[in-house]
Amino acid sequence: MSILLVLIPLSLLLLGLGIAAFFWAVRNDQFEDMDSPAWKVLLDDDSRPHPELPDEIGNKSVNPGEQRIGERK
Amino acid sequence: MQPGPDTQDAATPEGRYVPGEPCFHCGEPLPDKPLFAQVSGVPQPMCCRGCQAVAQLISDSRLDEFYRYREGPGPRPENQELDDSWAVYDRAQLRDSFVITLPGGADEASILVEDLRCAACSWLIERTLMGVNGVHSARINPSTGRGLVRFDPAATGPGRIFANIAWLGYRPHAAGSGDWEKAQRQERHRALRRLAVAGLGMMQVMTFAVSLYAGAFQGMDPWVREFLRLVSLLVATPVAFYAGGPFFRGALRDLRGRTLGMDVPVSLAIAAAYLASVWNSLRGTGEVYFDSVTMFVFFLSLGRYLEMMARHRAGNTADALTRTVPRTALRIRNGLSERVGVNELTTGDLILVRPGDSFPCDGTVEEGSSGVDESLMSGESRLLVRNVTDRVLGGSTNVTDPLRVRVDTIGQDTVIAGITRLLERAQAERPRLAQLANRVATWFVAAVLVVACLVATFWSVHDPALALPITLSVLVVTCPCALSLATPTALTAATSHLARHGVLVTRARALEAMSNCTRVIFDKTGTLTDGRLGISQVQTRPGVSAELALGLAAALERECAHPIASAFDAITNVEPVQDIRIVTGRGVEGHVGGRHLRIGHPEFVAELVAEGGGPGWVPGPGGIVLGDDQGPMANIELQDQVRPEAEKVIRGLASMGLEVELASGDRESAVLALASQLGISQVSANMTPEGKLALLRQRQRMGDKVMMVGDGINDAPVLAGADVSVALGSGAALAQSTADSILLGNSLWPLLLALKTARGTLKIVGQNLAWALAYNAVALPLAAAGMVQPWMAAIGMSASSLLVVLNALRVSRISDDPKPSTDKVVV
Repeated sequence: MSILLVLIPLSLLLLGLGIAAFFWAVRNDQFEDMDSPAWKVLLDDDSRPHPELPDEIGNKSVNPGEQRIGERK
Repeated sequence: MQPGPDTQDAATPEGRYVPGEPCFHCGEPLPDKPLFAQVSGVPQPMCCRGCQAVAQLISDSRLDEFYRYREGPGPRPENQELDDSWAVYDRAQLRDSFVITLPGGADEASILVEDLRCAACSWLIERTLMGVNGVHSARINPSTGRGLVRFDPAATGPGRIFANIAWLGYRPHAAGSGDWEKAQRQERHRALRRLAVAGLGMMQVMTFAVSLYAGAFQGMDPWVREFLRLVSLLVATPVAFYAGGPFFRGALRDLRGRTLGMDVPVSLAIAAAYLASVWNSLRGTGEVYFDSVTMFVFFLSLGRYLEMMARHRAGNTADALTRTVPRTALRIRNGLSERVGVNELTTGDLILVRPGDSFPCDGTVEEGSSGVDESLMSGESRLLVRNVTDRVLGGSTNVTDPLRVRVDTIGQDTVIAGITRLLERAQAERPRLAQLANRVATWFVAAVLVVACLVATFWSVHDPALALPITLSVLVVTCPCALSLATPTALTAATSHLARHGVLVTRARALEAMSNCTRVIFDKTGTLTDGRLGISQVQTRPGVSAELALGLAAALERECAHPIASAFDAITNVEPVQDIRIVTGRGVEGHVGGRHLRIGHPEFVAELVAEGGGPGWVPGPGGIVLGDDQGPMANIELQDQVRPEAEKVIRGLASMGLEVELASGDRESAVLALASQLGISQVSANMTPEGKLALLRQRQRMGDKVMMVGDGINDAPVLAGADVSVALGSGAALAQSTADSILLGNSLWPLLLALKTARGTLKIVGQNLAWALAYNAVALPLAAAGMVQPWMAAIGMSASSLLVVLNALRVSRISDDPKPSTDKVVV
């Protein structure tokens, strides 16, 4: 039975590690969004580069500009 | 900007489609000649340029998996031509309100995205933003719509980020400082950490407890027993004080406020069982109750965690206002219009509000005339015509024509800000229900403390050596575990039962209030009706059938984005229209099957007739006229559609013994018509938010416990002031954030289930309390006399708690039959 003196502290050590891991996960927002990760596994293909957006969408210049009234309806 | 790749020139794939098939992107009906976009190499039919461009972009960017995994159709992109107006979010004053600079040089924008439908939507937005030069990371939470985008301020700006989101058909907002969001997130994190400590600790202590019980029967070396008890003490300590911390703090607050709330007996139970166990494990004899302590803390923490999550999901007032009132406006100066942040406007500025936009502030119409939708503010279901010198309200929507508006009040002085303040006050003044369990617990705790003192005094006189163990066993035996578990377990079970059936209960006390309520007050527009126009009556001239008239009307209206047009959506199979002309504020003109037709205002239609013309019609409120060159053909009355289930739900409520009342901001004729149709006898019309609140207060003074069911912004204060409030999931975000519960499925059916569940839950709570008190009534005298062996106390305590938990689980068996026979409602 003296093996308990080793095994139980060992189990407590594991418990501590488990709790530490959980705290880390909470701090890193792992529990903030429980819905989308399941989808992202299906959607994202890591081997693929980022989407190549057509220039006029992704990188078009947006000028804060004045416009004449009535120009747009 | 030309939206998307030009498909006119590209070898446009004349794809095939089945008539009646909806638009591939947004799910709306297709026009007669649909456009096509190549998605994953297959031409798919699209209803409009906007959808076509977005679908093409999604496919070209190789994000087409969106279509495979989405759970519903995408939002129809609107106002594509306006997207350089997003540049206003780059203006310093507006930008500072939602962008912070992180250490390291990157900027972080807090955004709120509307129209998210599923996780695939947030994925689509994130991937698209990641493709924008200068964006480091983008994260959007699909359940709240909240997101954070980090970007390099030198390479890009919030304007471009917003333009990209809008381009996909979603509506981005600047999300303010996010203080509330941060506080909520911290609250969630703390609760999760406590739950983990309680749960993992409980499991460990349970394994030790099983060994100790086995050892008690089969024999165990005394040192092993001692060792296991000390280890249990070590593990149970953080569970009791870290995970159980909120209970002790709550109890302390209660005691300072000189009340005995539920936290007091809970803390007493934890402290008594824990201290007795510590005392016994240190001196090496007697029983330990660490397993009970940890289990007790875990179950209570779990219940509170679930309640908190439901509350957070319902959203908050700040977010709701962000969605309602725009943050930008088109300011007119020297004949030039410029988009500026609302915080840059001052009283007296002139702004231009285009059709489809919301008013950013209260003001007076300076030029133009337009139909304005104030239904969320006042409950008025018609479009209201606003002419020069009329007042318009911030948060309401301009529907038909552009208006120039002189700014009167901004920010805190607007009507909508006033409504928000009204609801905050109503919330603060809401009648406090002394909860059943609290009242019982208060007396119980007082009694136990008195008895414990008497017992301690008695034994210290007669046998001082036994005084401490016996006093402890009194405290442990009477440990109000079962008592304090009686209510929360039943409420938790009921909350999750209702959530599965479309009712989100955001405040647990709502259930108790629901079971006690005696009167239900309904709002009309959007609550008993579904807020959409439908055709209620058609009058035709001789020789014209109603079907023909409606078919022609639908053909004309189909091309038009006016809200009235949606009444004709149900009519499919219409003939094509030539030479269509939409005259804003008046009607639509076109040729259908060789007939020259007009639909809209009676005068507009009458002008079509060269001279004279047939007898005209004067349509009722919300009605329109269809005519050809022979004169008017049909008078089509439009009315807000009553929810199909409304009548049965109201009869169900009446048969449960509840008074049903209707209070609406709409005009009297419309309200009375609806009330007689649904069989409601107590009716008030033309109610302002203040009027509704006053009516509620009057009912409460008469002794009624009132349940309020509503959906609009004008309902928010009265929802906040009612004993218990229910908001419609399809209604205004502001109403939802103030309600105790939300009907998620856009139907009134779950209301009956909610009431039945509430009543059933209270019955079970009563049984639980009765059991807990009976158990204590028997055990207390025995313990005080020193006749209870410690192991008996342990078993009795666990068994009574277990019984209470199992009894609570019966709540989820309450019938979810959504259509009870109207005569017999089993409670």
